[in-house]
Amino acid sequence: MLIFIVRRLLQSVIVMLVVALIAFLIFRYVGDPIVSMAGVDTRLEDQELMRERLGLNDPFYIQFWNFLTNALHGDFGISYRLQQPAMRLILDRLPATIELAVVSATLALVLGVLMGIFTALRARSFLSGVIMTLSLVGVSLPTFLIGIGLIYIFAVELQWLPSNGRGTTVQLGWWRTGFLTESGLRSLILPAITLSLFQMTLIMRLVRAEMLEVLRSDYIRFARARGLPDRVINFRHALKNTLVPVITITGLQLGSVIAFAIVTETVFQWPGVGSLFINSVQAVDVPVMATYLMMVGLVFVTINLVVDILYYLVDPRLRVQGKGR
Amino acid sequence: MTDTPVLSVRDLVVDFPLRRGNFRALDGVSFDIAAGEVLGVVGESGAGKSMTGAAVIGLLEPPGRITAGEVHLSGTRIDTLPPAQMQALRGKRIGMVMQDPLTSLNPLFTIGDQLVETIRQHMDLSEDQALERAISLLEEAGIPDARGRIHAYPHQFSGGMRQRVVIALAIAADPELVIADEPTSALDVSVQAQVIKVLKDLCQRRGTAVMLITHDMGVIAQIADRIMVMNAGRVVETGPVAQVIRHPREDYTIKLISSIPTIARTGEPPPPPAQDSAPAFVQVQGLVKDFDAGGGWLARVLGRAVPPFRAVNDVSFRIARGETYGLVGESGSGKSTCARMIAGLIEPTAGRVVVNGMDVWQVSAAERARRRAVQMIFQDPYASLNPRWRVGNIIAEPIRVLGLAKGSEIEDRVADLLRKVRLDPIVMRKFPHEFSGGQRQRIAIARALSSQPEFIVCDEPTSALDVSVQAQVLDLMSELQGEFGLTYLLISHNLAVIRQMANDVGVLHRGVLVESGPVDAIFDHPQADYTRMLLDAVPDLADIE
Repeated sequence: MLIFIVRRLLQSVIVMLVVALIAFLIFRYVGDPIVSMAGVDTRLEDQELMRERLGLNDPFYIQFWNFLTNALHGDFGISYRLQQPAMRLILDRLPATIELAVVSATLALVLGVLMGIFTALRARSFLSGVIMTLSLVGVSLPTFLIGIGLIYIFAVELQWLPSNGRGTTVQLGWWRTGFLTESGLRSLILPAITLSLFQMTLIMRLVRAEMLEVLRSDYIRFARARGLPDRVINFRHALKNTLVPVITITGLQLGSVIAFAIVTETVFQWPGVGSLFINSVQAVDVPVMATYLMMVGLVFVTINLVVDILYYLVDPRLRVQGKGR
Repeated sequence: MTDTPVLSVRDLVVDFPLRRGNFRALDGVSFDIAAGEVLGVVGESGAGKSMTGAAVIGLLEPPGRITAGEVHLSGTRIDTLPPAQMQALRGKRIGMVMQDPLTSLNPLFTIGDQLVETIRQHMDLSEDQALERAISLLEEAGIPDARGRIHAYPHQFSGGMRQRVVIALAIAADPELVIADEPTSALDVSVQAQVIKVLKDLCQRRGTAVMLITHDMGVIAQIADRIMVMNAGRVVETGPVAQVIRHPREDYTIKLISSIPTIARTGEPPPPPAQDSAPAFVQVQGLVKDFDAGGGWLARVLGRAVPPFRAVNDVSFRIARGETYGLVGESGSGKSTCARMIAGLIEPTAGRVVVNGMDVWQVSAAERARRRAVQMIFQDPYASLNPRWRVGNIIAEPIRVLGLAKGSEIEDRVADLLRKVRLDPIVMRKFPHEFSGGQRQRIAIARALSSQPEFIVCDEPTSALDVSVQAQVLDLMSELQGEFGLTYLLISHNLAVIRQMANDVGVLHRGVLVESGPVDAIFDHPQADYTRMLLDAVPDLADIE
């Protein structure tokens, strides 16, 4: 088990190094930073001086090393656009994105698994047919359209819920939360549904397919032959076996919920990292983009690590191989 | 005549209403099983054996359902019970043992969990009492150190041990009837004998009636009191074991019994082997194969590396031209690994394979010639043919790849090959799924023959087939051998098949060739303990008095 975790950690470090290299390459080679910093009338000698002072004439590996050490200290440079440290910009906006992602992931997971089980167990019922058809809509409609549709119905026509922003927020240390006020919670509903819809249908279809597969297996037949009641068979024997592959996909999907909330955040004017990223792209704000890249890399690597460990805990077959024979 | 039989089935009819009309899977099946009696149900695949078991326990796969007839358990009619009552009856009054011990236990729960769960479902016991009962059941089923292993997971047991766990689960609530559906087909012969003994002892001690479903007459002969032969959803013949096997009345039974290969020598012994001085056609010397048992580089750095697993250890033998060498052994003994190295599919760690004077793994120029001269037939005729290709294409592929013929000549050759394996050439337009198992294996043989090889490696060519089909395929292989002077390496776990087919035999045990020599010498006078054990474990019809 320990060897397994250490090995996975080392692999994670390698992945992060590669991500850092790509981030650095963007930083360094997408356009000349001096050109974007200097005005039109800066003299060439001054430009050269800046180049020297910023270490841009150093060899590649020294620059990369400096980038790495700075990154480890949380220093990713100053945003060109907002003239603030890129790291702080991201951190300021991260709570908004994480709250949105956690709520929508929970929504997707709970509803997705429940509906998946239902449609697998009652495969022939009318309601299953309805859910399966609607799930097709959920998979095929683009996120922005769902968002705009929801805004139109609930914010414009019915005027039940706000259409944009986070509402009133409360500052808890460095964390700015929308969970504690009514308007914050109300503002969360529409974007959370929008973001979760695709994941929800995906998880539901996955759980359904896995569950149908498991229910056909020999050990479920044998459990029936032993006279176990349906409830025990479905929710104890079948569900646990269903979860093994579901964990992997769900983990990866959770990563993309955090990383790619961009569209939803843009539609709902949600002040999270996604909309920050979009604005930075428009302004060619390289330090923020590089920081964002590193953050997304870190999120995926962490989630993958957690998923692998979960796998280990759920499936006893892996545990034994880890110990060696 | 006051005893009511434990199970009484009368004129049972099971229908599968399908879109293309009704499929009658069982047609008027009637039989009784008395307390403590073992009824063996035999027949080929599709005969309705398993269907009968499933109908009795009420687990027919939809859309199948009982449309006529009655099932009585100790005098109570059970086929008309509502589902909830039927479920309460399963496990408590009817236990079931299924075919594959590797897949019939839930891999994510310990065997203790599964036993306790089942026991508490049917008996009013506390958690601790149930655990005690589980341990004593496992001990009865012959699991050593049951107390220590009760919290182990299924994958930590071998196949035979798992089947004991399954048997313990089936009798957990002392049912009156146990339905054992092919309980030993997935096991090695030596393990098979032990598991049959466990099943028989347990049921005898408790007076449990057993319905034993199997395609293996040998198993029935060992354990059953009476035998019921089924074919195409009907009962062909029922009677005491010795009577049915010795004096079968019906044509179908006669045919079925005569197609079972026996381990005793029948017919002519093979001609004496050619002198040792004759150059061997296939020569295997000191073949070794190591598999990396895992661990990865980090484990190696930390000094916790696992030594490589030696699957094949120093195997040497020779086959003369036109002869058959049989390789026997239990699962995991390295038979298939040997076959793949000899056919040139995986590279040996050490050793030489010389076919017709060319070293298979040294002379790279010989590769093309080898591909042509050495072919292979695999075990599973369902998995070894590409399901998206037409039969004609499957057979023609080696001809095309090796450039043996062009244009319309290819089709002529394919037709010729199909005729050789006794199939109508018209079938080359069909897909593999349109054929039965035996026909598919013929197609596989035709494909192997298409490059006009001299040497064919056959890895368990008949173990997925019914006995009567097995007999046909083996006959075909012998005929083709005579016709084309083929040399065979025949790999099988079935000693009877080897006895009938091979000139020489080698016995593999954990990667080591423990014995090798002429087949009659080894089967009649085995030298190695392992060979003797294997031979003793084989159930043989000839033993029935």
